[in-house]
Amino acid sequence: MKLAWTELRRRPGKFGVAVLTLTVLAALLLFIAGLLDGLFLGSTGAIRSQRADVFVFSDSSRESFLRSTITPETRAVIAGVDGVQAVGGMSVTLLGAVVPGETDLADVAVIGYELQPNGIPLPPKPGQAYADERLKGFGVGLGDSLLVGPAKTPITVIGFVKDSNFQLQGGLWVQPATSRQVQNQNRPDSPVADGDFQVMLVQSKPGQDAGQLADRIDAATEATSSLTKAEAENSLPGTKEQRSTFNAILATTYLVVVVIVALFFALLTLERTPLYGMLKAIGASSRQLFAGVVLQAIIIATVAFAIGGGLVAVFSAVAPPKLPLQVQPSRMVTSYLILAVCSMIGSLLSLRRVSRIDPAQAIG
Amino acid sequence: MTNALELHDITKTYGEGDNMITALASATLAVASDEMIALIGPSGSGKTTLLSIAGGLLSPSSGQVIVGGKDISHASPSELTEVRRSTVGFVFQSVNLVPFLTARENLLLVDELRGSRGKQSRDRADRLLDELGLAKRLNNLPSQLSGGERQRVAIGRALMNEPALVLFDEPTSALDTHLGEQVMELIQSEVKGRGTAAIIITHDRRMTHWCDRTVTILDGHLQTDELATAG
Repeated sequence: MKLAWTELRRRPGKFGVAVLTLTVLAALLLFIAGLLDGLFLGSTGAIRSQRADVFVFSDSSRESFLRSTITPETRAVIAGVDGVQAVGGMSVTLLGAVVPGETDLADVAVIGYELQPNGIPLPPKPGQAYADERLKGFGVGLGDSLLVGPAKTPITVIGFVKDSNFQLQGGLWVQPATSRQVQNQNRPDSPVADGDFQVMLVQSKPGQDAGQLADRIDAATEATSSLTKAEAENSLPGTKEQRSTFNAILATTYLVVVVIVALFFALLTLERTPLYGMLKAIGASSRQLFAGVVLQAIIIATVAFAIGGGLVAVFSAVAPPKLPLQVQPSRMVTSYLILAVCSMIGSLLSLRRVSRIDPAQAIG
Repeated sequence: MTNALELHDITKTYGEGDNMITALASATLAVASDEMIALIGPSGSGKTTLLSIAGGLLSPSSGQVIVGGKDISHASPSELTEVRRSTVGFVFQSVNLVPFLTARENLLLVDELRGSRGKQSRDRADRLLDELGLAKRLNNLPSQLSGGERQRVAIGRALMNEPALVLFDEPTSALDTHLGEQVMELIQSEVKGRGTAAIIITHDRRMTHWCDRTVTILDGHLQTDELATAG
């Protein structure tokens, strides 16, 4: 092991190609993973921030916020289901908004709410909103009055909140009456009646299973389709497809890592055959030599990841806010671990070659 | 006293049937624990095969090999590794130092492979290099050493594990006569000073006088066993 480490220290140039290649791959992996997380988190912030266990949609909506309507009558039935602690409505309208002093429209999601979500204050006064920080990237400032939608409904920003977006559109958190006003003025083709919400959020009593409670709610109303919070996150259009597509790209890239490391160490082992023969002749075991190969593979992966991670972190800091790139610490850790394991697997492919080197070749 | 090496009726063949080649035929040889022998013979005569079997690099097809009092005739690869690690020292024809390790580290490597390290190892490596006239070259890489210096480092490495038997594969072939004589004198001094046995393969009969006796091998057969006059 010490031999392998010393070689890395004294002959870094020998490993330059592998480090460079893996650095590019590590940066690519983190960039793709950052986009995946950015897309997911940017789409689901408004759902993840909710302190609700069950999301109730109308049964004809196919679990879409925009197609769903829960009437006051249905709400009353939901509130009466055994195990329900509290209910609160939520509605979302996706629109463009004029920002004072800006030429481009800001993409906003006007979210009417009753129950207080995590990190968001109780609903503000009519015509006011808490804006997601994403909207700062569109030039939105505190006290700005945004003109929302084609009807230019004015909404004044009275504070900023984090990670509260819906489908990559900046959240504007308003009280239900404001939400209905925005919907009815800008989407006259799908008006909302007083008391109606798109979705009903349900907080369960302690000890309740969310899945079972969802089933009981649907059985009681006979007009709803209820999802747990996790299911609601994944029910957003495109979320599952995005995830499976990006995961396929990530898996392919990790496979490339395995191939690159395997090829690199196969060539290196070929070059080192005389050296390994001599080392075996003076008493090195195949296990000792191979442990050195694995150690080098892991160190190369670590250095490459550190450089690649640094590059992505810098890029993430200077990237335009519209780019949904979010590099999460947990994603960094898992990406590094997978990269290290892939490098180890790649180096394992040299095991047979190392073990077959004959010590007798050192002598003639 | 136990012999450092005993070969009893050793045969080594390669291939089968009509393609069978006998590299070593019924070779019997004993090397006393402080004896230095020269092994000479033409190319392809079986010198390397004999040295490889004596050093636990190869297993014989038949016969008995005893190194440092241990029968290794039927030893497993891992047992042979352990024998090479603890009982045998090698000096290869091409020197074969690890290019990215200093002279001192090349010696310490032997102990590291055995899992031992520390001050005792460092002291022994320094002492050996000092004896070999390399006290000021401890921290030089092989590429910074002359051919003779590299050969001396290789000798030090072979002696690092305090072996019962040191095997030299043409240690002077890459050196001029003067330097070759110096190296042989050094080998004799180090080997005899430690009471270690040694087999030295050489093509150069002028070097055999440094050894206690000379063994000739021809077509896999040990031919003669003659006493040499130590120089």
